[in-house]
Amino acid sequence: MNKLIELKGITKSYDGETVLNHINLDIHDHEFVTLLGPSGCGKTTTLRIIGGFVTPDEGDVIFDGARINDLPPYKRHVNTVFQKYALFPHLNVYENIAFALRLARLPEAEISRRVKEMLALVALSGFEKKNVNLLSGGQQQRVAIARALINKPRVLLLDEPLGALDLKLRKDMQNELKKIQTQTGITFIYVTHDQEEALSMSDTVVVMQNGVIQQIGTPTDIYNEPVNAFVADFIGESNIVDGVMLEDKLVSFSGHTFPCLDSGFGKNQPVDVVVRPEDVDVVSPEKGMLRGIVSSVTFKGVHYEIIVDIGGFKWMIQTTDYVAPEAEIGLYIEPDAIHVMNKSEFSGQFGDYSSFSDEMDNISDPDATEEE
Amino acid sequence: MGRVILKEKMNKKRSFLRTAAAYPHMVWSVLFIVAPLIFVLYYALTEEDASGNFYFSFANITALAGESYLPVFFRSICFAVVATAICLVLAYPLAYFLSKCKVSSQRMLIMLVMLPMWMNLLIRTYSWMNILETNGLINNLLTTIGLPNAKLLGNGAAVVLGMVYNFLPYMIMPIYTVMSKIDSRYLEAAADLGCNGPQTMLRVILPLSASGIISGITMVFVPSVSTFYISQKMGNGRFEMIGDTIERQFMSNYDYHMGATLSLVLMVLIIICLAVMNRFGDEDGGVLV
Repeated sequence: MNKLIELKGITKSYDGETVLNHINLDIHDHEFVTLLGPSGCGKTTTLRIIGGFVTPDEGDVIFDGARINDLPPYKRHVNTVFQKYALFPHLNVYENIAFALRLARLPEAEISRRVKEMLALVALSGFEKKNVNLLSGGQQQRVAIARALINKPRVLLLDEPLGALDLKLRKDMQNELKKIQTQTGITFIYVTHDQEEALSMSDTVVVMQNGVIQQIGTPTDIYNEPVNAFVADFIGESNIVDGVMLEDKLVSFSGHTFPCLDSGFGKNQPVDVVVRPEDVDVVSPEKGMLRGIVSSVTFKGVHYEIIVDIGGFKWMIQTTDYVAPEAEIGLYIEPDAIHVMNKSEFSGQFGDYSSFSDEMDNISDPDATEEE
Repeated sequence: MGRVILKEKMNKKRSFLRTAAAYPHMVWSVLFIVAPLIFVLYYALTEEDASGNFYFSFANITALAGESYLPVFFRSICFAVVATAICLVLAYPLAYFLSKCKVSSQRMLIMLVMLPMWMNLLIRTYSWMNILETNGLINNLLTTIGLPNAKLLGNGAAVVLGMVYNFLPYMIMPIYTVMSKIDSRYLEAAADLGCNGPQTMLRVILPLSASGIISGITMVFVPSVSTFYISQKMGNGRFEMIGDTIERQFMSNYDYHMGATLSLVLMVLIIICLAVMNRFGDEDGGVLV
C-alpha cells in the first residue's frame, strides 16, 4: 500500500495554546484509520487540517506526493462527513447528494444515475424527494455519507459521525460504514472518542492526547501492547501498577515476582505494569500469586466486575464466577497477561480503581455526601 | 378525583392569565388599527351631499381612473422599486460583511447602522437638504475649489437617495439577522463539496438568506411606496407620490372621501405586493422561515 497522506511535523496553536504538537502521521491508500482520543486531544483539528479547513502553523501536509498546505478545501480530493451532518436545509435528499455533481455541471442523466447508486449504497432508495430536515438522525447520517461519497473522493473524513445516534443504531452504522469502506476501497479517516468503535472498525488506530500522537498501531497492538499508561487506560479497562523489571521476562509488583514475556528493559528499571481485568484468574487464597479482599461486586450481564483491594491498591477484575463481597480471594496472573511499559508522563495518573470504587460507595451510601 | 379538578382549575386560571396578558394589545389594536381601517373603508365608499349627510357611493373609486391618479400610483411604485433595489444591492454585501465580523465589532457596527434610525425622519431629510441645496455643504465645497455649482436637489435621484438613506437599515437588519444565524458548517460543507467563494455565495448563502431578503424587501418597499415627505423635500415637489396626494386630500383639499379611497387602494396594492413576495418566499426559502 502506498502512502496517500503524510503529515510531517504538524503544529497548530490557538491563542497561544498548543493544540497539535509536531504530529507525524502516514496514511495509506484503502486504509481505515481512526484518530482516537478524549475531547481536546487534537484529533478533530488533525482531521480539519487534512480537510483544508485549518492551516497548520508549522509542518507539511502531503497528499499523493504533493504539498497541499495552502490548497483550499474545494480543490482537495477529500470529502467530509461532518459531525452534525451539515445537510443543506434548503435542498431535498436528492439535491443534497447531487450537490457536488451539479457544481461539476454533469449531464442530468448521469447525476440521476449516480445519486440513485449512492442512495442504494446507503440503503435510502426512494427517499429522493424527502425534506432533509424531517429525516431521523440515522437517515440524515446516511444522506451525509452519500453526499460525501458521490464525488468519488480519494479520502473520506468522518468527524464523530455516529456521536448523535443511539447505541443500537450506532452498532448497525459501524458495520455499514465498514462495509461501505470495503466496497468502495476509499481511505477512511475516522475521528472518535469511543474506543470500542475505534477497535471494531479500524485497520489502524492513532491514539492522541495533549496534541501528541501517543501510539499508532492495529487495534490488537493498541489493546495488547499499549505504550504508556494513558493508552492502556483509554483503551479498555486496565489495572496499572508500579513495578520493577528485575531482569528479562521477570517483573516484580505488588510484593510478588511474576514471570512475563517482556524483555529489553534495564536491570531493576522502574516500569508500569498493565494487567487487563479479564486476564486475571480468581482462585482460592492459597493458590493465588496475590491475595486481596473483595470490596465491591457488580453484575454486568456477561460477567461480574469486582474491585479487589490488594495492599491498598484497588484492582478491577472481571470474572464469570460469583465472589462474595468482603471475601478474601487469590489472584493468578499468567505470564502473557502481563504487559510491561516504560514510565511516562502519564505514570501514576491512571489504572487505579480506588476512586472508581469510592464513587460507587458514595452513590450507594446516603451518608457519604453529608460527611463532606 | 379532587386532585384532577384542582388541576383543571389551575389550568383554567393559567389560561385566563395568558389571555389577559393579550388584552392591552387587543384594546390598542381595536382602537388604533381596526377602528381607523373601518373609518377609511367607510369614508372611501361614501360621499357627502350639500347638507352634510353621507351617502353610499362608488364615485370616488370611479374617479380614480378619470383624474390623474394613475400616473401618481405608477410613479410611486417605480420610485419604490428603484429604492428597494438599490437598498438590496447595498445592504446584502454589507450584511454579509457584518455577519463575518468578530462578535464584538458586530455590535459596534450594528449600532452605527441603527444610529440614524434614532433620529426623526424629518430631521434626517432636512440634513440631506442642507448637504445638497444650492448653498449647501457640497456646493460650498465645489465653489471653494473653483467648480461651478451643481443642482443636486429637486431631481429623481435626490428623491431616491432620500428613500435609500432613510430605509436602508430596514433592509440591512433582517438580512444580517438571518445571515448571522447561518451555521458555518454549511459553508464548510459547501467548500468540501467543491464550491469556491462565489459558488458558496450563490448556492448556499443566498438561498439560506432568502427569508431575510424577502422581509428586507417588504420592510423597505412598503414605506417607500407610501412615503410623502421625502419626495416633497428632496424633489422640490416636482415628483408627486401617492403619499403626497393622500396628504393633500386630507390637509389642503379637505376631501376625506377621496383621501380615504386613495389610502384604501394603496393598502390593497401593498397587500397584493406582499402576497406575491410571500409566494416567492415559499418557493425558495419557505422551509427556513
